[in-house]
Amino acid sequence: MDMLAGKVKMTDQTLSANLDPADMIDHPIRLTARDVTVHYGAKQALHGISIDIPDRAVTAFIGPSGCGKSTFLRCINRMNDTIEGARVGGRIELDGQDIYAPDLDVVELRARVGMVFQKPNPFPKSIYDNVAYGPRIHGLARNKADLDEIVISSLRKAGLFEEVKDRLNEPGTGLSGGQQQRLCIARAIAVGPEVILMDEPCSALDPIATAIIEELIDELRTNYTIVIVTHSMQQAARVSQKTAFFHLGNLIEQGDTEDIFTNPVNKQTQDYIMGRIG
Amino acid sequence: MTDTSLDSAAIRRQRVRAGLSRRHLGERLFRFFGILAICLALGFVALLFTDVLRKGIPAFTQSNIRLEVAFDPELLKVDPAPEHAPGQSDADFRAARLGWERQVAMLNWNNVVEAALRNAAPAGFEIDSRQLLTITESDARHRVRELFVANPALLGQTAQVDLLASANTDNWVKGNINRDLGDSQQQLSAPARALIDIFEENGTITQGFAWSLFTNVDSRSAPASAGLLGALMGTFWMMLIVIILAVPLGVGSAIYLEEFAPKSRLTDLIEVNINNLAAVPSIVFGLLGAAVFINWFRLPLSAPLAGGLVLTLMTLPTIIIATRAALKGVSPALRQAALGMGASKTQMVFHHVLPVTFPSILTATIIGVAQAMGETAPLLLIGMNAFVASVPGTPIEQATALPVQIYLWQGNENRNFFEPRTSAAIMVLLAFMITLNAIAIFLRSRLEKRA
Repeated sequence: MDMLAGKVKMTDQTLSANLDPADMIDHPIRLTARDVTVHYGAKQALHGISIDIPDRAVTAFIGPSGCGKSTFLRCINRMNDTIEGARVGGRIELDGQDIYAPDLDVVELRARVGMVFQKPNPFPKSIYDNVAYGPRIHGLARNKADLDEIVISSLRKAGLFEEVKDRLNEPGTGLSGGQQQRLCIARAIAVGPEVILMDEPCSALDPIATAIIEELIDELRTNYTIVIVTHSMQQAARVSQKTAFFHLGNLIEQGDTEDIFTNPVNKQTQDYIMGRIG
Repeated sequence: MTDTSLDSAAIRRQRVRAGLSRRHLGERLFRFFGILAICLALGFVALLFTDVLRKGIPAFTQSNIRLEVAFDPELLKVDPAPEHAPGQSDADFRAARLGWERQVAMLNWNNVVEAALRNAAPAGFEIDSRQLLTITESDARHRVRELFVANPALLGQTAQVDLLASANTDNWVKGNINRDLGDSQQQLSAPARALIDIFEENGTITQGFAWSLFTNVDSRSAPASAGLLGALMGTFWMMLIVIILAVPLGVGSAIYLEEFAPKSRLTDLIEVNINNLAAVPSIVFGLLGAAVFINWFRLPLSAPLAGGLVLTLMTLPTIIIATRAALKGVSPALRQAALGMGASKTQMVFHHVLPVTFPSILTATIIGVAQAMGETAPLLLIGMNAFVASVPGTPIEQATALPVQIYLWQGNENRNFFEPRTSAAIMVLLAFMITLNAIAIFLRSRLEKRA
């Protein structure tokens, strides 16, 4: 991979204000994957994926169903470990550290790489306990006041605090779908992760809830490295700065979102973006 | 072109319509058989319950005889009870007291009971002693003696004492004995029967709630005083052992097998074996218990400890299977959520999976324990069908259990009296079962609502 892979064109305003190459260095590579393969039993799901994911930007994985984009996402926080018969090959590094190294503690990795799932899956506990769970198990809060602070600020960052501040002790499962998903984002943020993985976070939500989450993702990008898997090309175009197109377990094309959507190099990418496959 | 497609559409509709009546008929038939099956099942349950209730309810009343018992010094030739004299050592006093009690025990207390009965009978009523004493239960003399031992000041006085009527008297009063049968076929002699009728008329014999059923232990010589206390305590000790052993072991192994054990040939084998164990006839567990716990470990025969261990073995597969099923039912989303947060596997299980499955595990446990409580066959093989006329104070004392007591009473020769008693004992057992199941249902619905 060339070194430019991690450099990201900024949003429209940055583009218009005479982009200086120096600004582009603001996004060093956070995650690198080299020749990542995944087998589920005898079936190979990923064929050698190599990609660099930049810091403090949104990288979108797009592609038709079953193309391996979720599988690859789940390699990044080793959630594939929990699937029986899954074998991961190749090398994934977070800040230069091999996350599949035998001495790496997966619990610590998952504290650094948070995840938001396709279907909102809050714990069947109170809203407060949902957000407080991560800090509690990782021992991040010294006392109750500390914990309160973390919970409230996480809910604020997830744009949920105003809606739930009077009912923090009510079950998180009683919220609407969109609120539940924001609760899950707040829960992930509460641990203070460096990377947040989102696996089709809006696919179970209505358009309004989706719009709210997308705005949230755009805000979160200033502080976190975000990787999002999405079915919706519009969503990828709206929220991401970098896009990777997967097809049949292969990474077909990757690059700046703008380039991918306006000027795809690969024929398959072109077909997908034009709606001819998928 | 259009015509043909219209035609074919019409033909298709017709074909569907032709099959409709048969399909509806099939559905109606299936519903009918379903309702029939349910009615049959409920009918049999109702039959069982009415039969048990009809037979058992009379056993909850007992015939009491209220007598004025005179502690006549003429009949009771006994020294005054020893007093603890100043300066006398405790050991000396105990020896003196023991000697006195032995003296009291040697007296013929039947004479006292007989005198009281004669006193209650109309003046000049002709009946011999043996016949007279068949009216009260044979434990009457012990009751009167115990009263005297507890209060030696009664000597020379008269006290009102409630005694149990004998099983035959009870049957006669309750009308369970055909009054038209001749003397040769009656257990009670003619004068005794006449006197019982008189006693019933003048209120000497009254009916009351059969507390003795719950406060007495089993008895053969005095059937009317036979009670369930010993069996209840035996069952209590066994259930305690089952709960202490089977619940943590069962739930623990289910959690390990389901959540932590690597899937391999070995765990597959274990799983198959556990499922098979649940289907093993309970009497086989009894044989195992006799071989292992009694012959090898040398645990005492007829002890709730051995019984509890056997029932634990029997309950384990039930609890393991039910717990595993409950764990399997937890949505993968919850597990992923926990793991994704960086929870370790143990944290995932104990913080998230177990709380969600707790109601199911609790229900399974209660039902498993209730099942163990009603189990009889394995207990017979470890000697719990022995006649035990004492309340077990510890799990290593000899005892019997509720279902075994039912089995023993069912086999008692005194059919006329023990048939209602058996049904009464069944009612007590069923009451425990229904209570346990109701608790299970209540807890489940409550906990699930809260979750």
